[in-house]
Amino acid sequence: MSTRHDTAAPPEKEGGAAPAARGGAAPPTEAETRRRLRQSRRWQRDVRWSPYAFVSPFFVLFIAFGLFPLIYTGWASLHTVELTAPTDMDWVGLRNYTRIFDDDFFWNAAKNTLTIGIISTVPQLLMAMGLAHILNYKLRASTFYRVAMLAPYATSIAAASLVFVLLFGRDYGMINWALDAVGINPVDWQNDKWPSQIAVSSIIIWRWTGYNTLIYLAAMQAIPQDLYESAALDGASRWQQFLHVTLPSLRPTILFTVVVSTIGASQVFGEPLLFDANKGASGGAEHQFQTLGLYLYEQGWINQHLGRASAIAWTMFLILIIIGIVNYVISRRLRASS
Amino acid sequence: MTTTLTKPPADAVPEPSKRSRLPKSARAGGTLHAGPIAYIILALFTIGSLFPLVWTAIAASRDNNRLAQTPPPFWFGSNLFNNLEIAWKDANLGEAFFNTTFVAGVSAATVVILSTIAGFAFAKLRFRGRGALMLLVIGTMMVPPQLSVIPLYMMVAKLDWTDQLQAVILPSLVSAFGVFFMRQYLIQALPDEIIEAARVDGASSWRVVWHIVFPAARPAMAVLGMLTFVQTWNDFLWPFLVLTQTGNPTVQVAVAGLGRGYTPDQSLIMAGALLGTLPLLIVFAIFGKQIVGGIMQGAVKG
Repeated sequence: MSTRHDTAAPPEKEGGAAPAARGGAAPPTEAETRRRLRQSRRWQRDVRWSPYAFVSPFFVLFIAFGLFPLIYTGWASLHTVELTAPTDMDWVGLRNYTRIFDDDFFWNAAKNTLTIGIISTVPQLLMAMGLAHILNYKLRASTFYRVAMLAPYATSIAAASLVFVLLFGRDYGMINWALDAVGINPVDWQNDKWPSQIAVSSIIIWRWTGYNTLIYLAAMQAIPQDLYESAALDGASRWQQFLHVTLPSLRPTILFTVVVSTIGASQVFGEPLLFDANKGASGGAEHQFQTLGLYLYEQGWINQHLGRASAIAWTMFLILIIIGIVNYVISRRLRASS
Repeated sequence: MTTTLTKPPADAVPEPSKRSRLPKSARAGGTLHAGPIAYIILALFTIGSLFPLVWTAIAASRDNNRLAQTPPPFWFGSNLFNNLEIAWKDANLGEAFFNTTFVAGVSAATVVILSTIAGFAFAKLRFRGRGALMLLVIGTMMVPPQLSVIPLYMMVAKLDWTDQLQAVILPSLVSAFGVFFMRQYLIQALPDEIIEAARVDGASSWRVVWHIVFPAARPAMAVLGMLTFVQTWNDFLWPFLVLTQTGNPTVQVAVAGLGRGYTPDQSLIMAGALLGTLPLLIVFAIFGKQIVGGIMQGAVKG
């Protein structure tokens, strides 16, 4: 950060905001000096404290609605708390944690979150990368493609999930109809394990690919053109240029999108909730696409065990921290090796 | 799509011509022309993006019986307005629209103002603890909202705010992304000299914010406002937990309620989904270019 404006402070001898002193020929009167001193003090106070005034609303709100709840969730996870009487808390230590770890549905949900996360994030980011590469060419109507690809981002989870339920319908859905047209047997997208997870992932992919494409495109446009020119002069083919110029330059952006998508994937909730034909929170009759987010909701709001739900929330948080650390280590390795 | 479909030679050496010196605004593409395959891929993805939206409208314009047949309908029927009217009434959408507009408007305005002044402090002012506090801001972006949901719910239940809009508004007033976004913008867009000049003229910090920072940040504020509005409008988890469909629903809660009721009428559900999405799609059709530019701007410097 080279931008600091400490130079904006007035020269010390002047002693304050500028309009006070003019010329300097006549010696200032007693009152004048005091006035200037006062002004100078006010000025210094302003410079010193106003930055804190500017950032404090954010932190006050963050502490109230982010940090405090985060810690309180940890506290609640060590108690038995029921939804019906959220103020009655009985200390149980780590029992909530052992309890959910013993629950097969927890591990099932953890596994589903992982698989749905992978089959939604990996294709999404790969497609976004390819699309960004294409959009980086000289194109006619390039703004149109960008806006069209971003349109799903403006669609809500609720609306998108309901539409996809219909598209993936077993008997009359558009997708099975199209599969039938090319001679593939209909798939039970809501009740079979892998098809239902693919269907839930496709909602996520549909909503977020355009957004990630734009992020990659922006990073690609920031790569200096000379890098490509010198690579081309060295005889690098287009593919080699992509591999040796584009990808390394995009490394920080790729890392950023991976982290953001991972956080998003760990919290998937609305899509599986609304994709369920039985209108429940179990993620299908066999829990085949119940995610951790949905399991948390089921424990807390359906079964009314807020303490157990808090334990799930904190477990998710710890998993994310581990993923964050792994990411950080990998990125440092990558930077060191290049 | 007729004239410039010239495919560049495989190993095209980009001429070090004026072309590479073109300003790389969000509008200007790269230097090489795209071939026909690129256009085909783009066309396929554009169709994939828009098809579910168009099909929502098609399904909403049919009746339930027609939707339960193969092949599914590919063109509009005549039931659209009828379905929209019933969905509007069934899902209490009028009230939901009012609620959501209010919630999204208040949080967008607050997020924009708070983020701008905080972003300005982080971008241009020097104070002790700046680096650590900024790191904390970035760190908060990593905290999943689901973690805070349970105590927030307890708070809301205790205050008797369930079904009240303030329960939805308060947690959405703060956005770490917003602070980060404004900081990135102001580092570049606001020359230090202007602030210095104002300071030398004796302007207080608040005057600098009001007369210099806000005008300079206006384009970024508009983009952040739109992004926040879209996000709050589409928010699902928290409104779903604190609001019920009968008392003060937001659009998303109301639309989700259509799908979760035991009404099997799919065309009505699609009509509700269409109504819930339409306002944002209209905003997108008008401001799409600016929103795209804003997302890209936030991305590069991040």
